[in-house]
Amino acid sequence: MTDINAQIDNEVKSNDVVLFMKGTPDFPQCGFSGQVAQILGYLGVTYKGVNVLADAAVREGIKAYSNWPTIPQLYVKGEFIGGCDIVREMFQAGELQELFNGKGIAVKQEA
Amino acid sequence: MTRADLIRDRLQAAFTPLALEVVDDSHRHAGHAGARPEGETHYSVYIVSAAFSGKSRLERHRMVNAELADQLTPDRIHALAITARTPDEPGQAGGARDPA
Repeated sequence: MTDINAQIDNEVKSNDVVLFMKGTPDFPQCGFSGQVAQILGYLGVTYKGVNVLADAAVREGIKAYSNWPTIPQLYVKGEFIGGCDIVREMFQAGELQELFNGKGIAVKQEA
Repeated sequence: MTRADLIRDRLQAAFTPLALEVVDDSHRHAGHAGARPEGETHYSVYIVSAAFSGKSRLERHRMVNAELADQLTPDRIHALAITARTPDEPGQAGGARDPA
């Protein structure tokens, strides 16, 4: 495992929810990253945002790590969930909420 | 041939879809990082194919990405929104079909 791969692996496995994104949760610098940050914020999920624009090695490394060519990428308990389209579809279908519940991650209860 | 044509041809050949829409959204991202002045960077794909039956969302996206790997990895295509359905799934929630 290369250094960058090990670094990403450690990030993904030591945080319950990790979002590799362009920009930060408060200041996303890409509409797709922003959509996922907005969904996680709406659900009140605590997550770690990793800004790939801050580190070119992470930006390329994460694509190889997951064999997925685009950013954002959401990981829950070490598992790659998907990018913006998949997260949005899961959210709309209620599946994302189920996934978090099933993995014991706190989600804000809807009224 | 535009890059949208190339995407359409590849996906048509690989999945013999019942429905296929490829939209070049590049103009909506003009000036944004990853956009190039000549365009042809941002796309939305809506595809309906029996090839996706029994496949998860992740698997479907990987199947589409694999057909376009040479376009995605050198960042020719900067962004690719994908809605991939089977013929017996409802299509209304598709991002690619949402009005601009």
